[in-house]
Amino acid sequence: MAKIPVQFTLNGAEKAEFFDSGTTLLNALRDKIGDTSPKGGCHQGTCGACSVIIDGELRLSCLTLAETCNGAAITTTSGLSQGGVLHPLQRAFLDAFATQCGFCTPGMIMAAKVLLDHTPDPSRDDVVEALSGNICRCTGYEPIIQAVLTAARSNSQNAA
Amino acid sequence: MELRKSYFADQRKDDLHEIGQPRPRSDSPGHVTGKTAYFADRNLPGMLHLKMVRSPHHHARIRSIDTSEAQVHPGVVKILTAKDVPHNVYTILILIQIGPEDETVLADGKVRWKGEAVVAVLAETERAAQEAAAKVKIDYEVLPAVFDMEEALKPGAPVVNEYHGRNYYLYDSGECRKVRFGDVEAGFAGADHVLEQTYQSSPIEHAPTETTGCIVAPEGNDRFTCYTNTQAMFFTLDNASIILQMPGNRLHFVGGTVGGGFGGKVDVIVEPIAILGAKLTGRPVSFIYSREEEMQISSPRAAEKVVIKDGVMKDGRIVARKVTGYTDAGAYSRHSPYGAQKGAGHYPGPYTIPNVWIDTYCVYTNRTPSSAMRGFGVTIGDFALEVQMDKLARLIGMDPLEFRFINAYRDGDMKAHRQPTEGAALIECMQEASRAANWPVAEKFMAMSSHAKGA
Repeated sequence: MAKIPVQFTLNGAEKAEFFDSGTTLLNALRDKIGDTSPKGGCHQGTCGACSVIIDGELRLSCLTLAETCNGAAITTTSGLSQGGVLHPLQRAFLDAFATQCGFCTPGMIMAAKVLLDHTPDPSRDDVVEALSGNICRCTGYEPIIQAVLTAARSNSQNAA
Repeated sequence: MELRKSYFADQRKDDLHEIGQPRPRSDSPGHVTGKTAYFADRNLPGMLHLKMVRSPHHHARIRSIDTSEAQVHPGVVKILTAKDVPHNVYTILILIQIGPEDETVLADGKVRWKGEAVVAVLAETERAAQEAAAKVKIDYEVLPAVFDMEEALKPGAPVVNEYHGRNYYLYDSGECRKVRFGDVEAGFAGADHVLEQTYQSSPIEHAPTETTGCIVAPEGNDRFTCYTNTQAMFFTLDNASIILQMPGNRLHFVGGTVGGGFGGKVDVIVEPIAILGAKLTGRPVSFIYSREEEMQISSPRAAEKVVIKDGVMKDGRIVARKVTGYTDAGAYSRHSPYGAQKGAGHYPGPYTIPNVWIDTYCVYTNRTPSSAMRGFGVTIGDFALEVQMDKLARLIGMDPLEFRFINAYRDGDMKAHRQPTEGAALIECMQEASRAANWPVAEKFMAMSSHAKGA
C-alpha cells in the first residue's frame, strides 16, 4: 500500500511521518506519533472522545484522514499544560470533580478550549451546546459544565 | 452538602472528617492531562489484531466451518476454532461453585444467540482480520428459537442450552429461588384490597465510552501479560487460567483503569481467546470490540418480568405480598443465576410484611446473554416495587409517603428471608426527604424512629 508523507505540528512540535492512505488521524496520532490522549470510543464520529483541534477548529480525529493534515497545526489535550503548569481548563476539571472514568475528558477539554478561544465569556447554554457532541457515559455532565464556566471566569480574571 | 449526625447520635461515637468534604481524586491529574494509561494506549511491535466471525442466527446447528479462503487472505496469521481452546466450555461463576459450565469460548456444533463467537481470525492489521473474517464460510442448520421467557418455560419449547437441558436454571431449591414467610394466602383472604400488577423491562446496554478489550503480550518465558479493562481482574485471571488450562502464575494481568464499565466489563469474554492467540502465534494480540460489538455483543442488563400481588388494609398496612420474578439470562448463565437469586432476597423491599411468598426464575432464551449492571437483580425489582407502592397508596386513598412510613422496616423486624433488620434508616431518610422535597406528612410520622419501635 502506498505510503503518504505527512508533515504537521503537534502541540507546537514538528512531526513528519509516512502513513498508509486511509489512516485516520486518530490512529496516526495514537499508533505512529505516540500521543494517546485522543481516545477511540466509537470510530464513527458520534462520541467525541477523539476530538482534537486542527488549525483552531474542533475536529473528530476518527473521521479525519491523516493525509489531509499536511501543514496543519494540531493541538491535543496532552499538549495543554505548559512547564508542568495545568491549563485553566485542566485545573478547573480537576477542582470541579469533572472527571470520573476519564475516558471522555481529553475530548471534553478540547471542545471546551475551542469554545473559550472563540467565546471567552460563554453562557451556560453556550457551554452545553459546545459539549453536545461529547458523550460522558458516567453522566457527570453537570460538574463538566461548571468546570468550563469556572475556567472561563479564571481566564477573564487573568486577563483583567 | 450537610451532614446530619443527630439521627444516630447515640449509635455513632466516631467523628467523621471526610464526609461532606471535597477531596481531590488521585486519578484526576492523569485524566485532565491525557496521561492516564487505558489498556489500548499501547502499540506493541508486531501486534496482531483479532476479529470474530459471529453467528448471524439466533439458534442454529453448525454443519461445517470452512476457513480455507480466509487462511490465505493476505495478512492472516492464525485462525482459531473451538478445537483450539483447551477448556472450551466454561461458566464464570464456577469459581464460587455455581455451575454447570454452559458456555463455549468459540461455538462448538451449535450457536444459541445471534452474535455468538464462532471463529477467531488473527491478522497483521485490523482491516485484514475483518476482511478474512468475512471469508470464513459456515454452514448452519437454522433451529427454532425462543425469545420470550413465558414461551421458553412452556412444555415443548426449544431447549436453548443443552448443558442445562431445560430453559431455567436449576437451583438447589428447585426451578426457582423461593422465600416463604408466614401464610400469604391467609394474608390475601384477610386483606381489604388485593392488587396484582405485572412489570416488565427490556435489556439495557451499558454503552461505556471505552469499548471492551484487551492487549496481550507474550513475554518470551511462557508468561503472558494481559492489559485489560475488565472490572473483575481476579475473576478474569482465574477463569482464563481454567479456560487455557494454564497456571495462574503464567498470567500477569494489568488493569484497574476502566473507561466506563457499569457492570458491563465483568464477563470473561475477550481475555482468554486473546491470550490463546498470543500463545499460538508468539506475538502480541489486540482484541478490542468495535462500537457495534459493544452495543450488540456485550452482555446487557437482563430483561425482567415481575408479577407483584399485594394484600393491603384500609389503614395502610400491607399484610401479604407475593412476587414472581423472571430474569432473562439469554443463552448462557454468566451472572444471571446470581442476579435472580439476589432478587429473591430483595423483593419484599424495605418494608415489613408478615406474609411473603417469592419465586424468582433465571430463564434461558436465544437472546444475547445478559449479565451484571448496576444493582442487577434488584434495580428493576425496586422500580416495580415502588410503582406498586404508589398504586397501593392510590387504591386506599392514602398519601404515598405516609403509606411507606406505615410499612417501613425498623430495627428488630424480621425480614422474609429470616434476617433480622439491623441499622435501618429508611424512616430517617424519608423524614429528610419530606423536608427537602417540601412534601409534608403527619407529625406522628416525623416522630417515628427506625430503632425506637414504640415511638
